[in-house]
Amino acid sequence: MPSEFSDSAKSKIKNLMEVYPDNRSALMNALHITQQEFSYLSFDALQALSELMDIPVQQIEDTASFYTMYQKESIGKNVIWICHTLPCALRGSATVLDYLKSKLEIEVGETTKDKRFTLMKAECLASCDTAPMMQINDEYYENLNNEMIDKILGRFE
Amino acid sequence: MMEKILTRNINIENSHKIGTYINSGGYDALRKILGGLSPEEVTDIVKSSGLRGRGGAGFPAGVKWGFVPKNTGKPIYLVCNADESEPGTFKDRLMLEKDPHMMLEGIVIASYAIGANTAFIYIRGEFAEQTKLLLEALEEMKGKGFLGKNILNSGYDLEILITRGAGAYICGEETALLTSLEGKRGYPKIKPPFPAVEGYLGSPTIVNNVETLSCVPHIILRGADWFKSIGTEKSAGPKLFCVSGHVRNPGVFEFPMGTSLKELIYEHAGGILHNRKLKAVIPGGSSTPVLTESEIDINLDYESLAEAGSMLGSAGIIVMDEYTDMVDACYNLSKFYAHESCGQCTPCREGVPWMKMILGRITNGNGRRNDVELLLDICRSIEKRTICPFGDAAVAPVKSYIDKFREEFDYYIENKKSLIPTESEQNNNGN
Repeated sequence: MPSEFSDSAKSKIKNLMEVYPDNRSALMNALHITQQEFSYLSFDALQALSELMDIPVQQIEDTASFYTMYQKESIGKNVIWICHTLPCALRGSATVLDYLKSKLEIEVGETTKDKRFTLMKAECLASCDTAPMMQINDEYYENLNNEMIDKILGRFE
Repeated sequence: MMEKILTRNINIENSHKIGTYINSGGYDALRKILGGLSPEEVTDIVKSSGLRGRGGAGFPAGVKWGFVPKNTGKPIYLVCNADESEPGTFKDRLMLEKDPHMMLEGIVIASYAIGANTAFIYIRGEFAEQTKLLLEALEEMKGKGFLGKNILNSGYDLEILITRGAGAYICGEETALLTSLEGKRGYPKIKPPFPAVEGYLGSPTIVNNVETLSCVPHIILRGADWFKSIGTEKSAGPKLFCVSGHVRNPGVFEFPMGTSLKELIYEHAGGILHNRKLKAVIPGGSSTPVLTESEIDINLDYESLAEAGSMLGSAGIIVMDEYTDMVDACYNLSKFYAHESCGQCTPCREGVPWMKMILGRITNGNGRRNDVELLLDICRSIEKRTICPFGDAAVAPVKSYIDKFREEFDYYIENKKSLIPTESEQNNNGN
């Protein structure tokens, strides 16, 4: 089924096209809006964006495929990004990751059966003084231990 | 204790609001320049202050501004690099959250100096909360007449646009950032032409880091000589140091350039966790060569670290204790670089994942006799052979860890396990 933007998303993207010096420069922000709108960037969604912005879909795909945060496949309602780069690794991020995997019963890159969580590994999220840490959707959760993870995940259940 | 300049407001409630900033003298520098300093005069003040770029490269900011050609007929752009992604670095995030107006005032002043009427903030995509704060801050500025048309009735116009990145480390490199800003894959470009001459959409563009721009209002208000009086002769001003890893009190610390690394770790960051011994320190973000315990009696400025064969970089100081498995640490970073290589240049795209694979098999106990030589050979095949500094950045940890901790690599390959005792072995020894 073809994807259709809501009026509010459409007007946000149109506004971006007005304020940026050219349409293509509005693409990074427009892709974030598109992902929020359709939960992930399906080819249909990219085509709808292509029509709205008058940019060939191939160029949009070329850009979208470069960046980690743009999801190309259907994902869970909430995405957990666990940082595993050195400063977090020195402070036990591997233990946190193992706990998350066993608690959610999924591996990295997978989504829980109830579609509630997708688990992803992130590269350094600029939160090294509060390691180990994770990001769920837009928010950072820092200085993690197992007990905290139970509490935090509980909020999403 | 040195006067805090960049972090003076961070412990005040609502430090991110414009009122807090104005109460501490905020936007006085903007009034000062719009009240009668020419763009050339502003550039000259920053030039003579000795302010160097805080993003990693350390290039003199005023000199960079001076490279913008005049009268090309093209628009001029200023870009604030808020794509903070170098592992071990979290200072810009602090400024964005706690005192965004300092950087925003710096953006208006820098834009005025170079003749830009549009400025961009390129912020890493993961900083969603910080982006919201910035959007609110821009509204606050407009409400006070600090942004938009005819700022403070001076006739000067400026718009600031915020572009969110989407999780690509390479976009912290300025030419990649500009390609991304154009809505494309974040591929770096060969320099020259430098962005100051040919940048965003082919127009003259200046890219400055968050912390660099946050220094600018203070330089305008208190003068170049005052700024130069802080720090060392070649590294002027205050600096935000990020300390992480095995320390009791990790965090961002503001001290003058040239502060002792040893003092920072043991006095300000509380020393090593669990009273262990220090083993190694990465001084300027993961891309900078590692220092051993015997090398940490050093001052944190551009020239001292260069002399020691490393770099101040982004001042992301990662501390590792005596039980750190350096081969595993090296493997961790190689995973980072393999994931983040943009794929444009063959030596980096192919070589960095090979280094990751080889380090992986060594840590798994499957290392082969000539693996260390093979790693060094791959390093040589990547170094200086790529469009941007990423290739060299990916090589630096591997080369320096092998150089300084060779016995750990050799032990792994020989014995199929780490030289460093596991946690349970450490506990047994303690009993």
